[in-house]
Amino acid sequence: MTAQTAGEPAAQDDVLLSARGVAVHYPGRGSVLRRPAPVRAVDGVDLDVRRGETYGLVGESGCGKSTLGRALLRLTEPTAGSIVLDGVDLRSLRPEPLRRARRQMQMVFQDPMASLDPRMDVEAAVAEPLRAHGLATGRGERGRRVRELLGLVGLPASAATRYPHEFSGGQRQRIGIARALAVEPSLVVADEPVSALDVSVQAQVLNLLEDLQTQLGLTYLLIAHDLAVVRHTSDRVGVMYLGGVVEEAASDDLYAQPLHPYTLSLMSAVPVPDPVVEDTRERILLTGDLPSPADPPSGCRFHTRCPFVQPTRCADERPVLRDLGMPGVGTPGRGPHRVACHWAEAVRDGQLRPNASAHDPAAAQPA
Amino acid sequence: MALLEVRDLSISFPGGSGRGSALSKAVDGVSFDVEAGQVAGLVGESGSGKSVTSLAVMGLLPHTARVSGSASFDGRDLLAVPERELEGVRGREVAMVFQDPMTSLNPVVTVGTQITEVLRRHTGASRRAARDEAGELLARVGIPAPVRRLREYPHQLSGGMRQRAMIAIALACSPKLLIADEPTTALDVTIQAQVLELMGDLVRERGTAMLLITHDLGVVAGLCDTVTVMYSGRVVERADRHELFARPRHRYTSGLLASVPRLDAPRGQRLQPIPGTPRDVIGWDAGCAFAPRCSAADDACRGTELPLVSDGARDRHLLRCAHPVPDQHDQHDQHDQHDQHDQQERSA
Repeated sequence: MTAQTAGEPAAQDDVLLSARGVAVHYPGRGSVLRRPAPVRAVDGVDLDVRRGETYGLVGESGCGKSTLGRALLRLTEPTAGSIVLDGVDLRSLRPEPLRRARRQMQMVFQDPMASLDPRMDVEAAVAEPLRAHGLATGRGERGRRVRELLGLVGLPASAATRYPHEFSGGQRQRIGIARALAVEPSLVVADEPVSALDVSVQAQVLNLLEDLQTQLGLTYLLIAHDLAVVRHTSDRVGVMYLGGVVEEAASDDLYAQPLHPYTLSLMSAVPVPDPVVEDTRERILLTGDLPSPADPPSGCRFHTRCPFVQPTRCADERPVLRDLGMPGVGTPGRGPHRVACHWAEAVRDGQLRPNASAHDPAAAQPA
Repeated sequence: MALLEVRDLSISFPGGSGRGSALSKAVDGVSFDVEAGQVAGLVGESGSGKSVTSLAVMGLLPHTARVSGSASFDGRDLLAVPERELEGVRGREVAMVFQDPMTSLNPVVTVGTQITEVLRRHTGASRRAARDEAGELLARVGIPAPVRRLREYPHQLSGGMRQRAMIAIALACSPKLLIADEPTTALDVTIQAQVLELMGDLVRERGTAMLLITHDLGVVAGLCDTVTVMYSGRVVERADRHELFARPRHRYTSGLLASVPRLDAPRGQRLQPIPGTPRDVIGWDAGCAFAPRCSAADDACRGTELPLVSDGARDRHLLRCAHPVPDQHDQHDQHDQHDQHDQQERSA
């Protein structure tokens, strides 16, 4: 949303949140004869979120984006990795220091109805985080702060005495945002903040988030499945597939030239509300479904569905993120364009074409 | 004559706001056609009445619903025929695909049985013939290893596969009309693209007519031949696909298009939201229901009832609006300039 940090390369003190090798493994289901295999929801993610930027994390259901977002705040305990927020190593914190550190990092959830207590009026709901962190003590002071927060998110002061069910979805999401902002966090993790809202209301909330960022200098980690929403709001974007980041770049670079075959197919699958575009664009259709994170494919996790899959390397060598920053595409200096694909250059230069029959379901063997 | 002609459909439910005797109107005088071999889109947000409309056509509304108007399918009024006769039509001539396959498939019956029961009920096929046919249907909708899948239960299938299985069931008797209510809303985009491609192929190859109900303008743009936009129970605009997206005339339609971020739009442009929520409406008899949210609303929009009429000389473009978006050439010019700008940027 803001461009202030997008121009220069990131100095180390520019980074607000830094994650290295974050993994979240859940115990899987086994049987008497079979040892349970862990479900690798997030499997080794490196991530830097710069101060004042919006970092968009995009992927389909089951890719681990929400789990990663929660793990970065230690709402879900990571299995491995380090997470540093503003110089503080979050993973080393004991419960009480962690609770205090949460003031710096807040979350906005997808379904505001589920994240608000239906028996708590709005004043109590917004005041709760203030109380928890010992801010704005005294009834008068607290009431004033609640009204200020409501004004900030575009709700009337009269909303304070009403209950969540009296509001529309968009208004409830505003309450959720007010609650997150109550403790003046530096980082806000927004997990699908608009996907439960009516189309005509989504833009209101996206614009509000944008305004608040400008006004309060917030840093956002925006988690969403909607590529158009992510493109619109984010300065940088990370694309996740099956527990890992497969591509990461400045938003404009990513959309101007997606490099990973998964990003390519994802972008070609998004419907555009324009018949002229829809009639002419080339779709790269994926076959099959997301493999189970309990039993991820060997090598590149996308190779079982990849339209560009090659006989060598893909199946047995897991690609790491590497910088393919290209001079001449987009604005220079927007930072690296990292992609985890062995064949990214060949895909980019058109030497490889999508192979429609690579995973023809008709050719699949009945098990 | 169109395959399905819905005329002046109105639906209300008892128990409006508070008092027991009050009726709340969900759909109010809706008319549209669905032609064979075409996809008709019905677009709207929550509360627009789009789903209730489709349920009424299928005769699936609860008995408390008051339905009036007609839905003429192949010469028969589906709203007037007795339930027994309707049972012969549903599944055989008209089939439906719902948003959430997990709630519309029976969780304790195998996928194979759920397909074969449709075939056997309507075509009287033998168990064995139905079984073979079911396998072919699953293969047709792109499910790998169909013979094995027939023996599986819905929970063993992924979301995308369940929706394909639903489509296979819907197609079992080669219906003339397929009604799809948000068929891809619960699916991921890559799976959505697969399912939409499949449904488009079916319409083209078999000449099936399809009524597609959705809130997603992108899906409409890719698949529908005609688009009907509903707001608060009434049709506010209808046009052919290219016409509607190139020249949206109703403020609600144009507002929707301006409020969704587009993947192919340049970044940095602020979204233009529609103020308020779909619940901020006034009754249609008191004017335009969209007036409370409309930037162009004035006294002409309140107090008098607005008819759905042809938009000037374009008789296939219907509109219910007192102050439509100006239909001028300068919009075109803007578009051209935009294109030029894009080209300049690219060549720079």
